[in-house]
Amino acid sequence: MNTRTKRKEASCHGTTDEIIAGSKRVILVGNPNVGKSVVFGNLTGNYVTVSNYPGTTVEVTRGNGRIEEKNIGIIDTPGMYSFLPITEEESVARAILLNEDSDAVIHVADAKSLERTLHLTLQLMETGLPLILNLNLMDEADRLGIKIDLEKLQSKLGIPVVATIATENKGMDNLRRAIINIPKKSDKIFRYDATIEPAITKITRLIRGNYRISNRALALLLLQDDPEINDLLEKEENKAAIDKIVEETKKFFSEPLNYLITIQRQKIINEIVKESTIAVRPERVGFRERLSRIMMSPITGLPFLLLVMYGLYEFVGVFGAQVAVDYLEKTIFGNYINPYVTKIVTMIIPWKILQDLFVNDYGIITLGVRYAIAIIMPIVATFFIAFSIIEDTGYLPRLAMLIDRVFKKIGLNGRAVIPVVLGFGCDTMATMVTRTLETRKEKVIATLLLALAIPCSAQLGVILVLLSGNIDMLWIFAGVMALVFMLVGFLASKIIPGESPLFYMEVPPLRWPKLSNVFTKTYTRVEWYFKEVLPLFILASVFIWIGKITKLFDLAVDLLSYPTSWIGLPKEAATAFLFGFFRRDFGAAGLYDLKNEGLLTGVPLLVSIVTIALFMPCIAQFSITIKERGWKMALGMAAFIFPFAFLVGFLVNLVLTTLGVTL
Amino acid sequence: MRLSDNAEEILEYLWRMNNEMDKEVVNWEELKEDKDAPEIKELLDLKYISVSDDGIRLRDDGLKEAEKTVRRHRLAERLMVDVFDLKESLVEDTACRFEHLLRREVQDSICTLLGHPNYCPHHKPIPPGRCCRKAERVVKPIVIRSTELEKGSKGIVAFLHIQNSNKLQKLMAMGILPGIQIEIVQKFPSYVFKVGQTYIALDKEMARAVLVRKSDDG
Ligand SMILES: Nc1nc2c(ncn2[C@@H]2O[C@H](COP(=O)(O)OP(=O)(O)OP(=O)(O)O)[C@@H](O)[C@H]2O)c(=O)[nH]1
Repeated sequence: MNTRTKRKEASCHGTTDEIIAGSKRVILVGNPNVGKSVVFGNLTGNYVTVSNYPGTTVEVTRGNGRIEEKNIGIIDTPGMYSFLPITEEESVARAILLNEDSDAVIHVADAKSLERTLHLTLQLMETGLPLILNLNLMDEADRLGIKIDLEKLQSKLGIPVVATIATENKGMDNLRRAIINIPKKSDKIFRYDATIEPAITKITRLIRGNYRISNRALALLLLQDDPEINDLLEKEENKAAIDKIVEETKKFFSEPLNYLITIQRQKIINEIVKESTIAVRPERVGFRERLSRIMMSPITGLPFLLLVMYGLYEFVGVFGAQVAVDYLEKTIFGNYINPYVTKIVTMIIPWKILQDLFVNDYGIITLGVRYAIAIIMPIVATFFIAFSIIEDTGYLPRLAMLIDRVFKKIGLNGRAVIPVVLGFGCDTMATMVTRTLETRKEKVIATLLLALAIPCSAQLGVILVLLSGNIDMLWIFAGVMALVFMLVGFLASKIIPGESPLFYMEVPPLRWPKLSNVFTKTYTRVEWYFKEVLPLFILASVFIWIGKITKLFDLAVDLLSYPTSWIGLPKEAATAFLFGFFRRDFGAAGLYDLKNEGLLTGVPLLVSIVTIALFMPCIAQFSITIKERGWKMALGMAAFIFPFAFLVGFLVNLVLTTLGVTL
Repeated sequence: MRLSDNAEEILEYLWRMNNEMDKEVVNWEELKEDKDAPEIKELLDLKYISVSDDGIRLRDDGLKEAEKTVRRHRLAERLMVDVFDLKESLVEDTACRFEHLLRREVQDSICTLLGHPNYCPHHKPIPPGRCCRKAERVVKPIVIRSTELEKGSKGIVAFLHIQNSNKLQKLMAMGILPGIQIEIVQKFPSYVFKVGQTYIALDKEMARAVLVRKSDDG
């Protein structure tokens, strides 16, 4: 799903192993979400992110597997629908086929939808690369009553066909055997119509160079205006002559050639499918199907969404943020670690100033580490567990289709649910995931909204505790945040230039999440989080320590106390806001202390929570924004967000006090 | 014998004056035609019109012929808008040229394809043809946008109507291709098609680009 986490996950589990020199090499390709990553895992014994969401694999992963005592290098690629790429991921996958040596290509395919999947098979056959067709998801096909005559299919295509259920490790030995017997290339050629064929022949004759894929495949791609192939052949070949043939062929038809070629291929495929499908049981609407429709229909889907959110709240907000945090913080840190460490530190270090660096109110251990482990970890971990479960069931694409219309109003489309939902876990991670969005406009809007209006789980945890017991406040808070989200999104979509996005997405079947997968995924995510975040916590503690002893902080607090008092808050809240600049949840936690001391209640408490929640999430998120969007954009966003947060705080205060609301 | 394009235009104009303005006689200034223009002679020879000093009027045969011409024009307009998705501003001009090319047989097929429409895109009535009277019961058009299918019904994709080739490729990648059956699972808040065993969610704009023939079992 996201590149950066993926790379991290990969490196700490050794999946980006270099392929051992001299080994045979196998490339896995296939449509998104058909189980390539599971097959890869089975063959190599390495874990790569598996999820029930199309487009999870964005990067190429390499690994080594052993078959009959021989080492085999395996390459997993991002999903592609067609050999003629539309998205970045598809380009990446195809580039591997164009640029890397391979002894065999395995097309991992969805056995349920042979009609669709064979497009890629035929295109791959045209490339002349030795090919194995791996029909995966056989269990799901079975459940739908689809029976395929593998022998027949094999003879029709002229390539080995292997059926598997990757998640149950079934059929994997057959696949291994097929790999070791390195397939020959198919001698079957599927022909197009009487105008296209001669053009293909003419172009193939003109191609002089040697390429990894066949001239016939190149010719077909050229006829379909493939920009990358055009560039590839630009220098080496007599492009002018080729272009002329392409242009002449185009003139014959009023429709684009890729459309015509695809339609003709579909005809060939229909023939193959008809002959190799033994039986299709008449459909009946099963439990999964019914549940799926409940999730997607607006009337039942909305209550279902609320139910999911309630479950999430109970698990993350109550169990994670309250029960687990309480135990870790009060019992483990409060009773054991903090007193113990404080004792030791005061024993070895005689100077109070240096002691403060490690212990006391803002020390690295008593504040930095305690926050990270006792408060943040339980919240983040429970969130990621819940998120992984939701992700693996296949609920998210359904949510995407439900919410698409709303998101269109703010310049995004349904696909943006992934970064937005993930943002409630960690805005930093979510900001990286915005790169899966299609247009620049969407990326910018999503980044802005994440930074502004989506509080992360760490922060939400603290906020929920702050607001606990006051339902009115909770609703007003949620309402204000939602309003800001929609309003800023709407304005941004009007201001930022660029095309409005289109929404199209495959909705995968509902699947039972696998516990082991959920835990591995949670583990890798939490691990990533800590690697990225713990150093920043410690750094923040050091900053605060330096700020304190140099009195710089007092100055900053003084300055901040002006806007703080404008929005009707006590002076002390300025300290919390200052910390809020480092991390929003730090700030929120500062408010927590103020509340406990009885300095902050009612409307001012709500106002300060809203203000802090709108701040940029943390330094980590800011640095990722710089990486993804550039310095200018990141600074611009910061310059907008902080004053805007105070403005909203001011308005909330104004409205509530004018209306005489007491909370 | 085929009428010349200009003669057809004149007939059409007279018919509109007649039917929509209640004006039986149209004077020469309004028509902006010369008394001895070849088109006028053509129409006189066919006994479609009669002329006097006040102006020009349609005779019975002319009225019938004029009605057909108007029908062709308005059908052409509908074709431009419904199927070719042409901008309204372009429609008039293209339809004008197109109507002259339409033969009766073709015209009836187009009328059937469009579902025997009653009104042109400018909400003016389309005079019914033989095919419409014959097909009084079958009022459903043959090829329609998938967005017009009802929830739960099925259709066979007839063609994809998109200018943007990137968008076209996306639909094709999802397996939405001519000849493939789709079922409309849901229409709101987004469209959900069932294509084979796969479900595909699309927004309205993408869904509109898919034109389907309604299948019987839907
Ligand atoms: N029932 C069943 N589920 C499977 C099978 N193989 C994979 N899955 C599930 O299908 C989903 C997709 O698997 P992935 O391995 O992530 O698919 P992928 O092809 O790598 O997907 P992308 O990364 O999106 O290209 C996961 O939820 C898997 O658990 C199978 O044979 N049977």
